[in-house]
Amino acid sequence: MRETPLERGFRALLYLSVGVGLVTLLVLTITVIGDGLPFLDWTLISSPTSFNPDIAGARTAILATLWLMGIVIVLAVPIGVGTAIYLEEYADRSRLRNRLIELNIQNLAAVPSIVYGILGLGFIVNGAGLGRITLAGGLILTLLVLPTVIIASREAIRAVPNSIRYGAFALGATQWQMIRTQVLPAATPGIATGSILGLSRAIGESAPLLMLGVILTASKDPDPFSRFIALPVQIYRWTIDPSDKFHGLAAASIVVLLVLLLSMNTVAIIIRNRSHRTW
Amino acid sequence: MEASSLTRPALAAKTSRRGERAIRGLLALCALVSIATTVGIVLALVIPSIEFFSEVSPLDFFGGTDWAPLFAKPSFGVLPLIAGTLSIALWASLVAIPFGLGAAIYLAEYASPRVRQALKPTLEVLAGVPTVVFGYFALQSVTPFLKSIGLPVSTFNALSAGIVVGVMLIPTVASLSEDAMTAVPSGLRQGAYALGANRLQVALRVVVPAALSGIIASFVLAISRAVGETMIVAVAAGLQPNLSLNPFASVETMTGFMAATANGDVPVGSIEYKTIFAVGLTLFTITLVLNAVAIRLVNRFREVYE
Repeated sequence: MRETPLERGFRALLYLSVGVGLVTLLVLTITVIGDGLPFLDWTLISSPTSFNPDIAGARTAILATLWLMGIVIVLAVPIGVGTAIYLEEYADRSRLRNRLIELNIQNLAAVPSIVYGILGLGFIVNGAGLGRITLAGGLILTLLVLPTVIIASREAIRAVPNSIRYGAFALGATQWQMIRTQVLPAATPGIATGSILGLSRAIGESAPLLMLGVILTASKDPDPFSRFIALPVQIYRWTIDPSDKFHGLAAASIVVLLVLLLSMNTVAIIIRNRSHRTW
Repeated sequence: MEASSLTRPALAAKTSRRGERAIRGLLALCALVSIATTVGIVLALVIPSIEFFSEVSPLDFFGGTDWAPLFAKPSFGVLPLIAGTLSIALWASLVAIPFGLGAAIYLAEYASPRVRQALKPTLEVLAGVPTVVFGYFALQSVTPFLKSIGLPVSTFNALSAGIVVGVMLIPTVASLSEDAMTAVPSGLRQGAYALGANRLQVALRVVVPAALSGIIASFVLAISRAVGETMIVAVAAGLQPNLSLNPFASVETMTGFMAATANGDVPVGSIEYKTIFAVGLTLFTITLVLNAVAIRLVNRFREVYE
């Protein structure tokens, strides 16, 4: 059937809609690589930050981001998967309190990230007296990505068919034995994918960390109990600096950050594709 | 034990062992973390805000048109910040809603399965780009571009930040709207085709209306995210409280103020410090209402078609 002019025009609008996003992505990538190329060298990776753009590097920021990643993995994955197991395998959905937990997670996923920074500033940094240290940043990011990890893990657990559960029960497994030996192994690829996506969200976040305050002269390598400047926050500081050299450094650091994120997402996609399981 | 949900029969042993109970308790504890987070957020916002409002009258705060909390003679009218936030959300919506919906209609109704399989993850990459990177892009590329085509924009302006926030939100609108459209039973489409409708008519008169609650949810969610967006705004929109919707001027949003002020090491317990929390509470309340509307709409379309 031939399309009418109206239909052709509409189709063109749809192509335009898809095109806007794709073209932006392309232009953004080219711009950042173009701006950052002169600064993409060993100094960027090996030198600490500095007020002098000629010797400044992102080493301290990269290390801080790696620490944050480690803290988030250790905390967010067990708590997130634990919550998902509880909600999918144990909780009685007809009970109000479990429905509230669910609704609460849905809402937490949509709370602006800067609000988590407020929580951190009020309770973790000043309330608990932890101070503006890497560990505090890691705790904030953990709470921030928990909903992502929980929602992905729940989907993975829900995709395991009930017949598997009945089979395990029929063989005399207790509920936890059934979960540990049947449900969790089957859900692992989905959980891993969701966790990596949550983690990549955590390392790209700057707003909540900005609320902790930023140190500009972090020349020493950070550890969990020192003050820190994470890679995205370093990018922010360099972007708003009036000097063009710092803009170049910001662009080069963006390339580093994007490469890190891209490799994590590639791993997630590989895991997802490898584990296409049919029951 | 109530091990069963509505869909699963209770097959677990009636008398559970001690270890089993301990594990169950541990898992329930994990689930409580998210409840504690919400309670924590509310307390962290409300307690300093109460102190703030004992020093500044809520009438001055919500009705005042002058925002200068850090001046020697401070003034705490939050309206300019709300105007700045609305301005960003408005320009962002004008980009994200039409293009996001267009992309969703294309993916759900026009694209072949192969094109769709390639296009969806690519669009989703856009949602995974850190917001500070978009901020860099807005300041270094979009603003110079707007200047080059002759728009009278200042170095920091609402338009550039708004456009980029909008592009960032295209996948948010597209993905949720597409979910809603693919959930529409194909019988409805086939019925329309059988009556002689063409693809355009099927998409716009059958599928979109049938998926409307999900589509509107995606719009509301996008607006909520634009309201809460911080980094793009902090980099590209400036820090100039401005009670207008002029897209070419620099504006300060609620998020922009919070980030800039917390970043500046204000003394804990001072009125400036409490201001961050009062603005945060305002922001949280606005996004909470928007999110609640969106979640309701999403759950409704899930109930109807799934």
